[in-house]
Amino acid sequence: MNREKLLNTAVILLLLAIPLWAHMAEEPFLITLATKVAILALAGVGLNIALGIGGLVSLGHAAFFGIGGYAMGILAAHAQNYEPLAEWPMLIEGTNQMPVIWLVAVVASALAALVIGALSLRTSGVYFIMITLAFGQMLYYFAISWTAYGGEDGLSIWVRNEFPGLNTLVPLEFFLICYVILCAALWFAARLARAPFGLALSAARQCEARVETVGITPYQLRLTAFVISGAITGLAGALFADLNRFVSPTMLSWHTSGEIMIFVIIGGVGRLFGPVIGAALFILLEHLLGGISDYWQIYLGGLLLIIVLYARGGVIGAISGREVAHD
Amino acid sequence: MSLILILEQILNGLQFGVMLFLMAAGLTLVFGVMGLINLAHGALYMVGAFAAAIVAAWTGSFVLALVASLAAAAAAGALVELLVIRKLYDRDHLDQVLATFALILIFSEGTRWVFGSFPLFLDVPSYLSGPISLPGGIEYPLYRLTIIAIGLVVAAGLFWLIARTRIGIQIRAGESDREMIAALGVDISKLYTLVFALGAALAGLAGALVGAIQSVQVGMGEPVLILAFVVIVIGGIGSIKGAMVGALLVGLTDTLGGVFLPQLFGLFMEPASATSVGASLASMLIYILMAAILLVRPSGLYGGQH
Repeated sequence: MNREKLLNTAVILLLLAIPLWAHMAEEPFLITLATKVAILALAGVGLNIALGIGGLVSLGHAAFFGIGGYAMGILAAHAQNYEPLAEWPMLIEGTNQMPVIWLVAVVASALAALVIGALSLRTSGVYFIMITLAFGQMLYYFAISWTAYGGEDGLSIWVRNEFPGLNTLVPLEFFLICYVILCAALWFAARLARAPFGLALSAARQCEARVETVGITPYQLRLTAFVISGAITGLAGALFADLNRFVSPTMLSWHTSGEIMIFVIIGGVGRLFGPVIGAALFILLEHLLGGISDYWQIYLGGLLLIIVLYARGGVIGAISGREVAHD
Repeated sequence: MSLILILEQILNGLQFGVMLFLMAAGLTLVFGVMGLINLAHGALYMVGAFAAAIVAAWTGSFVLALVASLAAAAAAGALVELLVIRKLYDRDHLDQVLATFALILIFSEGTRWVFGSFPLFLDVPSYLSGPISLPGGIEYPLYRLTIIAIGLVVAAGLFWLIARTRIGIQIRAGESDREMIAALGVDISKLYTLVFALGAALAGLAGALVGAIQSVQVGMGEPVLILAFVVIVIGGIGSIKGAMVGALLVGLTDTLGGVFLPQLFGLFMEPASATSVGASLASMLIYILMAAILLVRPSGLYGGQH
């Protein structure tokens, strides 16, 4: 086992061990922090498929995160008010069942990713960055002006949604749900990277012309990757909204996109566990530095600047001794 | 809906468009010449507005405040270029996005640290406040008209600078072939600092001018930055002409859409829902415009060469 694999194993075990210990020691706040890490890591795993494997620098992933969040918010708000979502052409009711909410979140964010991706993948480079950013902001302003679901104030849910057979109000049980989903997503991302699809996607990042020469259309590969990526981030959004029992336009703002990207980068771009380590470090920093100063984001900015300018492989790159994840 | 109202709104749209041009011109120059995407451009807009508000509070002179906004933003731009941006020219876009995002965090939180979260105020000077009568019986705020005039003068100056002066020739040469002009003896790193500071100064001026109608606060540059991106995408990256056309298109579409879409929906819907549907759609209108233009011309209206 090389150093990177050792580090990955240690991180994923630690992420499980800390909440288990906290449950014993009755420190529910620590469990909430770990849950946040797992959920944000999931969002990062989603982005990493587009960014790390596909080389698509999307600054609009907050759109999918927020759509997942609003899927949860809207369904649960209708369920708690006993108002049907639609009466025509058929009766659709809200729900407080997590699996249904997840399904809706995944489908809705995948559809959004299909539309946004189909338009923005017609371009590349800087255009792609700006256009994904612009579409993300479009949804942000739409959510602000959409007064039916809270507008700028967002939507609050009184009770966390339910999962069959578990009590989601117990912090540890909700953590375990998120943890299992994160592990499943990591397994999926690892399989994807090694599958013919992932290899072709990676090849399209490295040399587009060669991929086209062997008869593969990079556009379709990238669009598929973008949709998968958006769907995973959307699922994370639904969980994040459930963690806070609150969804607001902030989830859609471009700062969220930037933060998801920061998780991926701090950990190491294109590394399977990059987002996990990045999210853990981010939450740790937020907690530690936030305790010292209200203006902790200055230090975050400084740290990010140093990592980008001088430590390009992120944390995993520094520890494993290899700066670049692939090649 | 009278003709006067429409004309007023067109002037508002022009004013907004001209401000967007000042932002977008710097961004598109920096991208065209250095190949750099700069998310921190909105921070320089904020720096200009804060500098203007402070100097106006000290001296009471609006003209000095505008000069201060230009100087402070240009200085901040040059400093950032020398310390950070310079290291990013050879990097890929991902690194540029992250480093300039980090700069936003540092600028925003730093400003919040020094000045607090409450907005500062920059007043329109008395000789520019109040309405003025235009031919056709339109009463229009003099200050907004001044903004349009300043914006157009600066735009004309910029076109002159790029098209007619030696520095303009070097900038255009830098866009097409940077090795060649370096080989011809132009100090390329000085040129880059100059272009970056020029773009920053334009953003700072825009911040100060808009700061007098809105409030001067942390984060004020970000919504404008994103609109400036839309402008550049529409106009084509690297093209000043594209930035001008894109800025006016976005300014007019956003302003006119915000006013007239709710009224348009009011023709066939109940007033309450027409207002909310109209407002939601108006907030998305410029992005829909951008998507439509992208479908026809993926590299923008005047893009092409990049």
